[in-house]
Amino acid sequence: MSNTRYTKEHEWVRLDGDTATIGITAYAADQLGDVVFIELPEVGRSVKKGEGTAVVESVKAASDVYAPISGEVVETNTALTDDPGAVNKAPEADGWFMKLKLSDKSEVDGLLDETGYRAFVDSL
Amino acid sequence: MTEGARTDAFLASSCNALTRDEMAEDTQTLHRTPLHDRHVALGARMVPFAGYEMPVQYEGILAEHRWTREHAGLFDVSHMGQRFLVGPDHATTAAFLETLTPGDFQSLGLGRMRYTLLLNDSGGIIDDLMVTRANTTDEDGTLGLVFNAGRKELDDAHVEARLPAGFSLTKADDRALLALQGPDAATVLARHCGAALSFMGATATAFDGIDCHVSRSGYTGEDGFEISVPAKDAERVARTLLAEPGVKPVGLGARDSLRLEAGLPLYGHDLDETTSPVEADLTFAIAKRRRVEGGFPGDTRILEELADGPSRKRVGIQPSGRAPVREGAEVVSEAGAVIGTVTSGGFGGTVNAPVAMGFVETAFAKPGTKIMTRGRRGDEPAEIAALPFVPHRYFRSKS
Repeated sequence: MSNTRYTKEHEWVRLDGDTATIGITAYAADQLGDVVFIELPEVGRSVKKGEGTAVVESVKAASDVYAPISGEVVETNTALTDDPGAVNKAPEADGWFMKLKLSDKSEVDGLLDETGYRAFVDSL
Repeated sequence: MTEGARTDAFLASSCNALTRDEMAEDTQTLHRTPLHDRHVALGARMVPFAGYEMPVQYEGILAEHRWTREHAGLFDVSHMGQRFLVGPDHATTAAFLETLTPGDFQSLGLGRMRYTLLLNDSGGIIDDLMVTRANTTDEDGTLGLVFNAGRKELDDAHVEARLPAGFSLTKADDRALLALQGPDAATVLARHCGAALSFMGATATAFDGIDCHVSRSGYTGEDGFEISVPAKDAERVARTLLAEPGVKPVGLGARDSLRLEAGLPLYGHDLDETTSPVEADLTFAIAKRRRVEGGFPGDTRILEELADGPSRKRVGIQPSGRAPVREGAEVVSEAGAVIGTVTSGGFGGTVNAPVAMGFVETAFAKPGTKIMTRGRRGDEPAEIAALPFVPHRYFRSKS
């Protein structure tokens, strides 16, 4: 039903045709604490699944965000530059990071669905 | 100016949410403070720190940071090492402590406290600590010491190995230590405790009838108090203070960002056994009389550095952008030479910008000097900044 997938690295991937919107989950945002800076990739960059693509700086620490899926960066959420706190307030909505044009749709099959991700978080 | 050691930095062990999984096993062997259950009940996120299970945050570090600067924050610092150095009389006890530190304790008045440094023979800092003389002559010859949590065993061994005959070092592990910090702290405390103190004053007193020891001191740059109480009474004192409208619980995360904004060094990060007090810009802790007389560990190096200047110096670092620079990043001159290291870095909730401190070659230590920091994002512009980032608001009586 839902077109949102998840990774064990606590990213969400919302699929719309061959474009995927990517962000970090509410669980990740809560664990990180107050986000104060986000380094986003350049539009046009090609990223491979597992490649460090963005960096989230919270008050406490810096964390890499790995591309959950391969593709080309077609848009980034520049609003986060002025309001990085959006990642804490609405991690799975206004706090999105980037949109990728997928280069290999079959990679989607390797991602968790919502039930799978919830079970994974509960096991932590 | 205190807390922990590099090996148990809570930042490394607990906060990298996307890669954390080691906490569960660590917590088995950790000590707990008398307020542990209260922290859990308040919804704190507990992390290993200096061998203790401690609250890193309750509602969130930024909110707690700002609340402390605007109202009052209650901190559990019971992991710190409360000690009594007991000698025959004040002059004798002070003289012994002066063999370990560059401070002047002969002149320490009744009910006064001083910040000092345990030094090694090379003039490096073993620990930084508070020294308090009781406000009555009943216990004269006893000085209260508060060691950093991550250094207390080592400090004990260092002091004990040098104790003269007839002296003892008592570990007050049956006591809790609470810090109430912020502009509302004095008003709140006055409702429960009649102690009238100015900054760095201390007294034995009572809090709603509970015997305690209160000092007007802290680690946030704000006015505030540190309250030492028997462990069995800690819960009641904490509950009473938290029931006051201006008071919220504050964790170690905001404690770290508050002290960084206040320009206060943290042992294990900004201070270590190679750092001298002059390099660390803590010359206020080298008493005038001791500068003349010497007679403290590492005096040759330290007096030379006072006369000629140290080769490196602790400074504030203000990143030009919005990204925090972290401990371990190199500091690079405009010409591209590595001139130092960042030793603490994070986000200042009150200045609402990233703030850092570190050590640089003295030629680059002047506020306003343009530098670069070299961290995970490569070279980023920054500037040497005057410390503190936020003015201290200590209470000094006008008398």
